[in-house]
Amino acid sequence: MAEVVFFIAAFGAIAGAVGTIALRNPFYAVLGLVVHLLCLAALFLLLRAEFVAAAQVVVYVGAVMVLYVFVAAYVGGDDEAAVSSTPGPGLRTLSLLFGGALLVELSVAVIGSGLTALSEEGRGFNKDFGTPATIGELLLTKFLLAFEVASFLLLVAAVGSVMLARRREGLEPVGTISVSDLFSTTERTGTVGSGDQGTMIEAAGEDRP
Amino acid sequence: MSTGWFVMVSAIVFCIGASGVLVRRNPLVILLCIELMLNAANLALVAFARAHGNHDGQIFAIIVMVVAACEVAIGLGIIVALYRRRLPIDVDELRELQG
Repeated sequence: MAEVVFFIAAFGAIAGAVGTIALRNPFYAVLGLVVHLLCLAALFLLLRAEFVAAAQVVVYVGAVMVLYVFVAAYVGGDDEAAVSSTPGPGLRTLSLLFGGALLVELSVAVIGSGLTALSEEGRGFNKDFGTPATIGELLLTKFLLAFEVASFLLLVAAVGSVMLARRREGLEPVGTISVSDLFSTTERTGTVGSGDQGTMIEAAGEDRP
Repeated sequence: MSTGWFVMVSAIVFCIGASGVLVRRNPLVILLCIELMLNAANLALVAFARAHGNHDGQIFAIIVMVVAACEVAIGLGIIVALYRRRLPIDVDELRELQG
């Protein structure tokens, strides 16, 4: 039974990965990655990593991929319309050859390695292997430093992405809204979003060519 | 299933991701291919955690997910900023990222 699930999930994962790099439209590429991630979550379940599988589905498929779909829809789908205009097909075949060579090398490393663990099922485990309780306890005891650093990294990334993508004008200056505005019947003009449309990057580098 | 099968799937997915980074020219798809490589590493980590019977590899996989989420946030922010500046969404055309 485990073999059947493994081969189905592994085939799905590889097919999703191939679809991600082969499909022209970025939107379909994102959907291929979603298939890949779901099959990978099934593989994680086979490896008794229940919490990692759940986090994979909730965080990756649920949140990160939605972000990708939004950006793919925002930027537009006319991907690589003028393919083979500049670099020529030689570089493409060269890079595919490089990928094949990397695969051969990794296969030799895996098949020819003397690791006995590779041909075994794995050590025995007790029944709370990979459960959220165990993972949470480890994160707050043995791996507390990594946990805190990861949370700080998330904070920095959130602030940085807001700085990158926000409009040039930023927030409305403080003090322009008074209580009387709440009762006024005239429409307020010249508020948020009425200025130049652009990013912080554009504002900083406008005078450059 | 022995651990070697999972490691082989991980190696195949990693190679697909690496050649995708080299072949594709849309930065959005390049980010997707980086995700593929990170997930291949995750699969290997979880497989070896199962082989050793302890949880360290699973914790590593979760930390890798956090780093991937940060990379996605910054990368997509850069792509949106490029799009707002009317720059071409093509890594061959983008030779400099300053200002």
